[in-house]
Amino acid sequence: MAELFHHKLERTAIGFVIAIIAAASVGGIVEIAPLFTIHETVEDVPDMRLYTPLEQAGRNIYIREGCYACHSQMIRTLRDEVERYGPYSLAVESKYDRPMLWGSKRTGPDLARVGGKYSDFWHVAHLINPRDVVPESNMPAYRWLARTALETNDLGQHLQAQRALGVPYTDAMIANAAADAFGQAAPDSPFATGVAERYGEKTQISAFDGVVSHLTEMDALVAYLQVLGRLTDAAYSNTAAPEQAPDPTN
Amino acid sequence: MVQQLTSGERQNALVILLCVFVAGVIMAALGGSDPLGMHGVIILLFSAGLGALVSRSFYEPEPDPQRLSQYYDDPIKVGIALTLAWGVFGMFMGVWTAAQLAWPDLAFDAGWSSFGRLRPTHTTGVIFGFGGNALIATSFHVVQRTSRARLAGQVSPWFVLLGYNLFCILAVTGYFMGVTQSKEYAEPEWYADLWLVVVWVTFFVLYLRTLARRKEPHIYVANWYFMAFIVVVAILHIVNNLAIPVSFTQAKSYTIWAGVQDAMVQWWYGHNAVAFFLTAGFLGMLYYYLPVRAQRPIFSYRLSILSFWGITFFYMWAGSHHLHYTALPHWVQNLGMTFSVMLLVPSWASAGNALLTLNGAWHKVRDDATLRFIMVAVVFYGLSTFEGSFMAIRPVNALSHYTDWTVGHVHAGALGWVAFITFGSIYTLVPSLWKRERMYSSALVEVHFWLAVTGTLIYVFAMWNSGIIQGLMWRTYTEEGTLAYSFLDSLVAMYPYYIGRAFGGLLFLLGAIVAAFNVWMTVRAVPVAAVRQADVPDTGLAPGAAATPAE
Repeated sequence: MAELFHHKLERTAIGFVIAIIAAASVGGIVEIAPLFTIHETVEDVPDMRLYTPLEQAGRNIYIREGCYACHSQMIRTLRDEVERYGPYSLAVESKYDRPMLWGSKRTGPDLARVGGKYSDFWHVAHLINPRDVVPESNMPAYRWLARTALETNDLGQHLQAQRALGVPYTDAMIANAAADAFGQAAPDSPFATGVAERYGEKTQISAFDGVVSHLTEMDALVAYLQVLGRLTDAAYSNTAAPEQAPDPTN
Repeated sequence: MVQQLTSGERQNALVILLCVFVAGVIMAALGGSDPLGMHGVIILLFSAGLGALVSRSFYEPEPDPQRLSQYYDDPIKVGIALTLAWGVFGMFMGVWTAAQLAWPDLAFDAGWSSFGRLRPTHTTGVIFGFGGNALIATSFHVVQRTSRARLAGQVSPWFVLLGYNLFCILAVTGYFMGVTQSKEYAEPEWYADLWLVVVWVTFFVLYLRTLARRKEPHIYVANWYFMAFIVVVAILHIVNNLAIPVSFTQAKSYTIWAGVQDAMVQWWYGHNAVAFFLTAGFLGMLYYYLPVRAQRPIFSYRLSILSFWGITFFYMWAGSHHLHYTALPHWVQNLGMTFSVMLLVPSWASAGNALLTLNGAWHKVRDDATLRFIMVAVVFYGLSTFEGSFMAIRPVNALSHYTDWTVGHVHAGALGWVAFITFGSIYTLVPSLWKRERMYSSALVEVHFWLAVTGTLIYVFAMWNSGIIQGLMWRTYTEEGTLAYSFLDSLVAMYPYYIGRAFGGLLFLLGAIVAAFNVWMTVRAVPVAAVRQADVPDTGLAPGAAATPAE
């Protein structure tokens, strides 16, 4: 019977194509659509902050250079990973990540919580030549980042495009994107205060590559590396139900 | 080539090229110094070059009207040449990137040549350049022979083939400039993605129209797979690449998917690119070139049905096994694991069907390196689908994920299955396409075979070893209950394997160069066969001589 049906099906190209579409659609629909409707998929976290324009620019450099090919940003729920890299990654931590950079290969270590682990100076030295600080490393050197000026004119457009997709950047953030990028890497400049105002007191404002007079791609990339894992404290807070003290009267 | 088009068709070709040229000019003007502008220049040069080619033969005499009663093989010939060219390029980039992991200074302190930018030139070069061109060329060949009908268009096959190659060129040149969406195997930016949609829809329509002309009541199995390849890749490509460009003057865009949903969409795409690009399409090749070369009908029609629908249905659930133990909800991970394990049934049904087809032809496998390429492809298909199902099991994945084991698995499939079936098909196809008696040198086919087998085995064993060592080192504890090894310890342990892997890849690359040389010499130096079986479509007069393997 089934064979007879198939005998008929394979005599019509259009019918066959429709059958392929039907068979192939089910899996994706069942696995993807509920991720948008089941609320618990992404945790609610009040302290989640946005990438600053400088960090976003750094993120785009991270993407451009293909860093994700060797570094994951996803700590799995396994004991050794948590002990090596820190608390396992939560969905909310990449809530604004377009695209996500969870990665698929660790030729180098996971970077989900690398922010704050090393000094800015270490990162700059490491990016200029990894083997200067880690002799056994096989990571490429990125010397030119320190020589290349960061393009800031279009940062507002970058934030705007993300707002169109639902990231809550405000008008002020978009209007001041270029100034904020400069201010974040120039701690004593008048532009620095606006960054903390708009993105929160926890934002790291520092000279990053050590030169405050002009912005380089190195500034942006280091700013991004230093914010990894630090957009929210949710992963460090105790989310388990509080243990009830035994009631002595009972 | 152009002489085979009528003057009207030549005009159409020029009009299309002019439109592409204008689009290139607009992109160049809007993009300016952004990579988008550079890509505009590449597009206008590409279309101008082809335009010059068409114009040169524009006033040549009209083609013989008899052409319509013959198969349309010109685009296939060019497709085979492009397959080999991309193969050599993509494999060379693979060897280079592999060597960089052992000797990082091989990037020569430049941006364009650093590992992160070169890696997608390798993956795109081999998957889309080598694999994609092979699929387009063989699908054009197979659909005509199994339908006993000529392709349903004179210009559109060229549009599909060359348009697709323009996409590949945009992709690869983009990576050198740092243009990437970072979505693995879907790196090209929005304008290249849009262009691919246009090309792909044309491909789909051309394929369906050709099938509509078939002289056979039934659509042969190979075409089921090619149809699944075309249709599902379109769905995957469109959904995964939905994005908003920052502006129309720059290449950069932001995907509409974010975080965990993006991860799921990406690996739904990524795993099914393996399924419908690297598996379904190449199974289409297998189902035609294996019976043709072995001169044996496919063992079982029922197994073909079972494995086709099993693969089409199950594969789409399996992508979430790339996200075990991550922030993706547990229920999706479990579904992915379950379907990945079930997937072994249709996969092994295909592999078993192919091996049983060889029953009665094993002496040919022994003597004929071409058939041996196809046989080894089937064996590696069986091995890597088993390995894939195994690695999708959560506790196994805990060890294997993020390590070189994944890389080894992919290459067991990509080298052992995809490249072997492609080379087996090319060696079968080339003499018949160019109407030659045989390949230029069967000794060189033999040399290629052993280079490829040795290279693949060295590569895969190196990566199995390094991956498992890496995974074990990461999770080894001392007696005091602390982690025994730093990450760096595990990296240092990898160096010997990275060198071994680069060497295995080099052998495989040498084999591909031998193949390209052999094909070139076959076309150049082997005389046209005096008597080759009539290889013409069914015009209603003579019975077609096309191979019609059993259904």
